[in-house]
Amino acid sequence: MSGVELEIQLLAVTVGVACALPGVFLVLRRMALMSDAISHTVLLGIVVAFFIVEDLTSPVLILGAAATGVLTVALVESIRGTGLVREDAAIGLVFPALFSIAVILITRFAGDVHLDTDAVLLGELALAPFRRLEIGGLDVGPRALWVMLGILALNVAFLAAFYKELKLSTFDASLAAALGFSPVLVHYAFMGVVSVTAVGAFDSVGSILVVAFMIVPPAAAYLLSDRLGRVIWLSALLGALSAVSGYWLARWLDASIAGSMAGAAGALFGLVLLFAPERGLIALARRRARQRVEFTRQMLAIHLLHHEGTPAAAEESRLDHLSEHLRWTPIQAERIVDAARRAGLVTLDDERLHLTEAGRSEARKAMLR
Amino acid sequence: MDLLHDLLFDYTLRTVALGSAALGAVSGTLGVFAVLRREALLGDAISHAALPGIVLAFMLTGSKSTIVLVGGAFAAGWLGTALLRVITHQTRIPSDSALGIVLSVFFGLGLMLLTFVQKRPDAAQAGLETFLFGQAATLLQGDVIVIACLGLASVAVVTLLWKEFKILSFDPEFGGSLGFPMDRIELLLGTVLVLAIVIGLQTVGVVLMAAMVVAPAAAARQWTDSLGTMVWLAALFGGLSGAGGAVLSSTGGLPTGPAIVLTVSGFVALSMTLAPRRGLVWSWLAARRRRAAIRRDTVLADLYALYLQHGRLEHGHPLAVLEAMSEAGEGTRRSLEALEEEGLARRLVDGSWGLTTEGREAATELLAELQPENGDGGGG
Repeated sequence: MSGVELEIQLLAVTVGVACALPGVFLVLRRMALMSDAISHTVLLGIVVAFFIVEDLTSPVLILGAAATGVLTVALVESIRGTGLVREDAAIGLVFPALFSIAVILITRFAGDVHLDTDAVLLGELALAPFRRLEIGGLDVGPRALWVMLGILALNVAFLAAFYKELKLSTFDASLAAALGFSPVLVHYAFMGVVSVTAVGAFDSVGSILVVAFMIVPPAAAYLLSDRLGRVIWLSALLGALSAVSGYWLARWLDASIAGSMAGAAGALFGLVLLFAPERGLIALARRRARQRVEFTRQMLAIHLLHHEGTPAAAEESRLDHLSEHLRWTPIQAERIVDAARRAGLVTLDDERLHLTEAGRSEARKAMLR
Repeated sequence: MDLLHDLLFDYTLRTVALGSAALGAVSGTLGVFAVLRREALLGDAISHAALPGIVLAFMLTGSKSTIVLVGGAFAAGWLGTALLRVITHQTRIPSDSALGIVLSVFFGLGLMLLTFVQKRPDAAQAGLETFLFGQAATLLQGDVIVIACLGLASVAVVTLLWKEFKILSFDPEFGGSLGFPMDRIELLLGTVLVLAIVIGLQTVGVVLMAAMVVAPAAAARQWTDSLGTMVWLAALFGGLSGAGGAVLSSTGGLPTGPAIVLTVSGFVALSMTLAPRRGLVWSWLAARRRRAAIRRDTVLADLYALYLQHGRLEHGHPLAVLEAMSEAGEGTRRSLEALEEEGLARRLVDGSWGLTTEGREAATELLAELQPENGDGGGG
């Protein structure tokens, strides 16, 4: 692995972790698509800032971008605040409009400048190592890496300082307000952090990967644990993992790094979605199947108990009668009887079913419930 | 009239304007259901999710004809919505996060495939990016016909299943209890929406397609409470924005997609400000009227209280006293003038104010209304 490759991966891991931290709260607060909106509207901030300073490398561009991020949040909030449209629609109204203005400004007034909408949206991680940071003439590494490390430090500090407030206002906003924490203040401070992260990240990886890194690993982690602390750790881990595996996928296919990382994040999410121990689709299907078997077994026991000792008992407990009475197909009935026999609830004797003592108590228990 | 002339006879402008208008009308119609179902950003997710389908369709067939690429986009968009349903119905992941997942992962995969294709020696893939940012100016008459046909098909589905879509948008549980197969209806609505979105992609592009779904519906919502009217209005707004944006872009030299989006955003802004009953101007005026009415009632009650203290209608009270009592400052004089106009108060010769007989009646009625439980009036 060359130094450049290492630097790219290091940068991507930093971006992945830095995005995953606020991403957890975006997912939990149901504001995931705010990341999509912000990562698009920052283009407008960059364009406007560029018109002011006329320099594509100036840090003012980043400031402009962060400012439009907060402006986007404020606009969405105020449109939602009128009560005329709902929050999701408000997001869908604001960001295409701001993005359109940015595109028009670029094509009308900056056509000759290298301010590429493609580059903004799609990102070019491979180029990041070529922009170096030099301190006193000494090359200390890619500039983007230091920027992202700074943002990562900011996010960690923010989480550490306001963990309690964030947690409370996320899970119970009214309780937070009643206890004297201002949910509005927490909200805007948090969105400020999201903006800065999105801006710093999209500069090196493009806006689509920002969305992928902010939403996909936290959503996967949310399926793996119920504890907030653990969800945060897992998100960071999954973010880093998507970054590294995505990089090698891109190398292997010779394709877009950002795209491959988003794809890798998606693949990890898919694995978690299928195999998560409690909430994965497979665990879910198995639990449902188990419950179905349990339920039918209980039905059978209750049916037998109901007729036990009555004159109809001989008729009702015949194996071939079950399909008629309980509306089970013969194959179904056979399978259920098998399951019930294995569980020791019934015995089969000359085509007739008898409840065991365990079967009787199971039926009584099920009826009491 | 140059514009009209161009619209009628300039082939490019006519094609682009017609295509964009048809597109706007169709996405506006279907957007209504998305917005009502709180899935406004579904359009954003589907349009991003279509990219891998477009690239795969090209990789498999080597063709770049509209119908092939739209077919690929449709398949991927449909798969995206299906996944979205699985994630939201089967897990506890909130729907907006599910949208974000589908959007970013599918688009990322599309990007990966696109760059993979571009590295291949044949340069035939050039132009696939059109779908990213949209290029209405390259619309051909054939494309317009494709858009129009697919659009008509989706409108036909909406018309045929009007009742089903309506119940799905407002009360799906009720629909289920009536025996409607709500899952299948949802799937069908999703399918039609995907169709509408993918045919719009090459005109306005991935990013801006979100607005074409949300904005016409959001604008239409302000003018009416009836679903039928809302759908017609959304189609109208969408169509007008499509055509208007196309014209704007040809006369002003703007890129078409952004021009269309800004036009439709203009419709939203206008509707949110001016629409009767819901618009901001309307509610501001209504609030002002309410404030004035409350102030007038306060001043009337104050006059009545003074009358009760003095016992004579001829006893006047200076403006300053009333201003101090109602704490409304300048507004007090306006309220008094309004009361005078209604014949409830009058100005006495020395410029002070008093109640008329009608005013006394009105005040007792008002106070009785305010305190129905002790109807003996505000005695003494």
